[in-house]
Amino acid sequence: MKKRFLAIFLVLTLALTLLAGCGKKPSEPAAPEAASPPEADAQALQELNVGVAQDFDSLDPHHATAAGTKEVLFNLFEGLVKPTSEGQLVPAVASDVKVSDDGLTYTFTLRQGVKFHNGDTVDMQDVVFSIDRNRIAADGGAALIPALAVIQDLTYDDTTLTLTLSEPSLELLSYLTLAILPADYEEQETAPVGTGPFKYVSRQAQDNMVIERFEDYWGTPAKLDKVTFRIIENVEGLVMGLQSGALDLVMHLTSTQTAQLSEKDFHVEVGSMNLVQALYLNNAVTPFDDVRVRQALCYGVDKQDIIDRAFDGYGIPLGTSMFPSFGKYYDESLTDYYTHDVEKAKALLADAGYPNGFDMTITVPSNYQPHVDTAEVLKEQLKDIGVNVTILPVEWGVWLSDVYGARQFESTITGLTSDNMTARKLLERFGSQIGNNFTNYNNSEYDEILAKAVTSTSDEEQTALYRQLEKNLTENAANVYLQDMADLVAVRNGVEGLTFYPLYVLDVSTLYWAS
Amino acid sequence: MKYTLKRIALLLITMLLVSFLTFSAFDLVSGDPAQTKLGTEATPERLEALRHMWGLDQPFFTRYFRWLAGFFSGDLGVSYHYSKPVWELIASKVEVTLCMCLLSFLIIVVVSIPLGIGSYRLVGGPFDWLRTAFNQLCMAVPPFFTGMLVSYGFGIVLRFFVPGNVPDLHTQFGAAIRHLFFAAVCIAIPRIAMTIRMMRSTVISEMNKPYVRTAISRGNDRHAVLTRHVLKNSLVSTVTFLGQTMAEIVGGSIVVEQVFGIPGLGRFLVASIGYRDYPVVQTIVVILAFWVVAVGTLADLLNQRIDPRLRLGGRV
Amino acid sequence: MKKRKLNGYLLAGLLITGLLLLMTLYGAIHTPYSPTAYTGMKFEAPSAAHLFGTDKLGRDIFSRVLKGMGTTLSIALATVAIGAVVGTAVGAVTGYFGGLVDDALMRLNDTLTAFPSILLALLVISLLGPENKYNLILALGIVFIPSFARVTRTAFASLRDVNYITSARLMGAGNLRILLVHLLPNTGRVLFPALTIGFNNAVLAEASMSFLRITPLETSLGYMLSEAQGMFAAAPWYALSTGSVIALLVFGVGLIGEGLQQRDKEA
Repeated sequence: MKKRFLAIFLVLTLALTLLAGCGKKPSEPAAPEAASPPEADAQALQELNVGVAQDFDSLDPHHATAAGTKEVLFNLFEGLVKPTSEGQLVPAVASDVKVSDDGLTYTFTLRQGVKFHNGDTVDMQDVVFSIDRNRIAADGGAALIPALAVIQDLTYDDTTLTLTLSEPSLELLSYLTLAILPADYEEQETAPVGTGPFKYVSRQAQDNMVIERFEDYWGTPAKLDKVTFRIIENVEGLVMGLQSGALDLVMHLTSTQTAQLSEKDFHVEVGSMNLVQALYLNNAVTPFDDVRVRQALCYGVDKQDIIDRAFDGYGIPLGTSMFPSFGKYYDESLTDYYTHDVEKAKALLADAGYPNGFDMTITVPSNYQPHVDTAEVLKEQLKDIGVNVTILPVEWGVWLSDVYGARQFESTITGLTSDNMTARKLLERFGSQIGNNFTNYNNSEYDEILAKAVTSTSDEEQTALYRQLEKNLTENAANVYLQDMADLVAVRNGVEGLTFYPLYVLDVSTLYWAS
Repeated sequence: MKYTLKRIALLLITMLLVSFLTFSAFDLVSGDPAQTKLGTEATPERLEALRHMWGLDQPFFTRYFRWLAGFFSGDLGVSYHYSKPVWELIASKVEVTLCMCLLSFLIIVVVSIPLGIGSYRLVGGPFDWLRTAFNQLCMAVPPFFTGMLVSYGFGIVLRFFVPGNVPDLHTQFGAAIRHLFFAAVCIAIPRIAMTIRMMRSTVISEMNKPYVRTAISRGNDRHAVLTRHVLKNSLVSTVTFLGQTMAEIVGGSIVVEQVFGIPGLGRFLVASIGYRDYPVVQTIVVILAFWVVAVGTLADLLNQRIDPRLRLGGRV
Repeated sequence: MKKRKLNGYLLAGLLITGLLLLMTLYGAIHTPYSPTAYTGMKFEAPSAAHLFGTDKLGRDIFSRVLKGMGTTLSIALATVAIGAVVGTAVGAVTGYFGGLVDDALMRLNDTLTAFPSILLALLVISLLGPENKYNLILALGIVFIPSFARVTRTAFASLRDVNYITSARLMGAGNLRILLVHLLPNTGRVLFPALTIGFNNAVLAEASMSFLRITPLETSLGYMLSEAQGMFAAAPWYALSTGSVIALLVFGVGLIGEGLQQRDKEA
């Protein structure tokens, strides 16, 4: 009896093994090929698999809002001008740009023979269409880029475009990096067409997007033939994808993740995320409406410890809403304005009427592990000054509607970026009358300087004003500024040419497999 | 026939209730699809325009009946997030999940039925406790934990498959099935243990029934009695149980898809809930619910065939 | 007839579960380290100082697992309690009375069964606000009602026409009295296995929800396991310890269930 059972069991185990073997059979004749890692094939074909952590919100570059989408669409689209890795703006679809001395007239010359991915040649109609699509409000709505409202008049012929402004705007050019699209093309959302070095091939929701080199690109052609962006929303899956060979390159990893990769297969390149990670406080709710409480938090937090603990020392501590890539605008001296000082923090809290501290909630988008980790370190640090933190992880959608939209929160950890390289974008959001001022920062002095800064015609004066704004934010402890996070990119050995931008983009056109 | 019709009517009622419940869920859950779509660049005007475009400014019942009408005319709506027809988006995901679940079911049936039948013979044997304990252990290990071990061991170390990169089902069927096989096994393991346990206790209790004892005492071969009568009589509960298993596999596949990075229906559901992409969520929920209800109905109808006495029961 | 006694499964199950329960209780009062404090380097391998090693922030995994067990266990127990109480009530009413109430409640039951539990959990959580674990308990509790209702309904239905119930009815006992005094005690035979299975499913459901990051619980075994997945290469002990504890919890209770069943059979 027993033997019989054993026999059945053995037979079944065998069958199962065979079944597993069967599955493998089809590829057995090609065994050596199957055994070699998939990256070997990709190498021969100059193909690259890039892992991204979230699906794209829209393939229409004018409607895409997620940083993770813009980062990828950068390869498909270009504007009249485009940013370089040094942070300069250079002509792209335009071949030449002239600005009048009073800063009120911009003249663009159209580059001849620029092709769209569908084969059509870019003409002035397309350019005007693309600008107007962002400048003029669609029925009932607001303009996509309100800053383009300074364009008072737009005249053009076949080769030149002249923009006349109602008031000088030093930042107009940054906004004209907006993508040039074919006029009246309706399927941008599902089958995008642009002028960039890569063209769109296909997309599977929640799975991947494939792009190929655009052979008729006017500029330096891309080196890779084909790039597949694989969407792996589960953060842990990205590392596994790299280890398994499904991915060759992943950006925005944490040091914990890169530590898992073997040096034999990968190298890690370190750039900066170009964002301001902070504990953003809702300045309208008690106790954060009291500047002493906010300052106490600033003293209570040890930025370097956060960077060491949660980020293995990678990251640049910040003291205000600006980061180093902005060069002249960035005031480094503000970083050490508040040094970690538990006693001072306690004294400030006592002064504000909280001698025994208080309870607070930090809302964090749960899909973003670095912010969750930061919250966990913060929680420990703030214990020392008597502040008892509850971490509330929420879905990204809930974060957007409750925290960012409805401003129903006490504090949150997130990173704010400037996607078009303007300092304005980083600082304007703290003006009391601004629609996206989700921290409810309300400071009349700040509002005054801000109004002066955005209309300033002199670059020097504007820079000085922006620096004043930064100082204002720091002195009033608008938020607990933490760091510009490091951008760790895991790159499979053999892939070269990665370039970092002072923007949140991944330029795949410079990447290639070295033979 | 009457019974069949009744079951189908009940199925439809349940489906209607599910779709209604899902629809009301959207009205109650926090998070707004327009806000999610526009992200940090939302302005009140743009939000308003989007909501209007999606018809979210309409009253609840108008929206529900509009959806229902669309559903029955084959129009599943357009995804908010992807601006594409829902069916176009989920077709490939339905295939992947279906393949994985069927594969898993196949493994369960192929492994557990012979083992379940065989196991009754060993009741009371010296190693019986060991088998029972092992069975319990198999039931206790969560599939996502097994999945983690398998995808690391077989995927990354041994390179039998590439986690996170499922080959296309149409162009590379064999490779895709091989990939899904590992996930299917992880789903199957606890289910196999459950099925064996169920079958074992059914067979044992059946063997203790007077008719079996009589048959054996009259000198019939134990084995013959088992195959001729006992198995047939335990078929009803086996079919019911397997039907239930079939329904539950789909629910359990969501986590396993996440672990293996399989672009299936479950993962898409989780993501779409995150985006508050209601047309997609609605469709997936209806598909999953239909699966559960339909399999249950099918198992019931099958049992009617096997054991006509059940038809007289009436109550379902 | 044998005396009711402890059999091997019951003993082993009670031992494992008891040990885990003791650990959980111990963890509720005291943990070797604070589960959130940084007590070591990141990814330290298991040692005498850190039994299960440390995680990516240098926190003691053993302490975190102790806390996580508390979270997971309390959620699972509360979930099963809700499911069993409400489910049995529904089962009693539908099974005993039958008719229209039966039909209506059973449709609702089918609907709940067919409705993806993730969406249900999300619904309850966002209705009540995600601040605490009680919402998750409520959500999972609702998910578990149908299975208990189905099991007990059959038991009640099969018992309602047996002789002693009919005689009780003839002697003028009210429906409520019959349900509570005469029928309920007799459903124990189906309810006990359902409870152990329910408990196991609840542990796994909580772990899956946290694993998918649908529920915001920092110290839950499922959440920790999902964190551990990405660190498998650097810290396999993280995944192995949390995963094994989940499996052991379920295993222990499963053995108790097995043991109870065997004992019933022997009795």
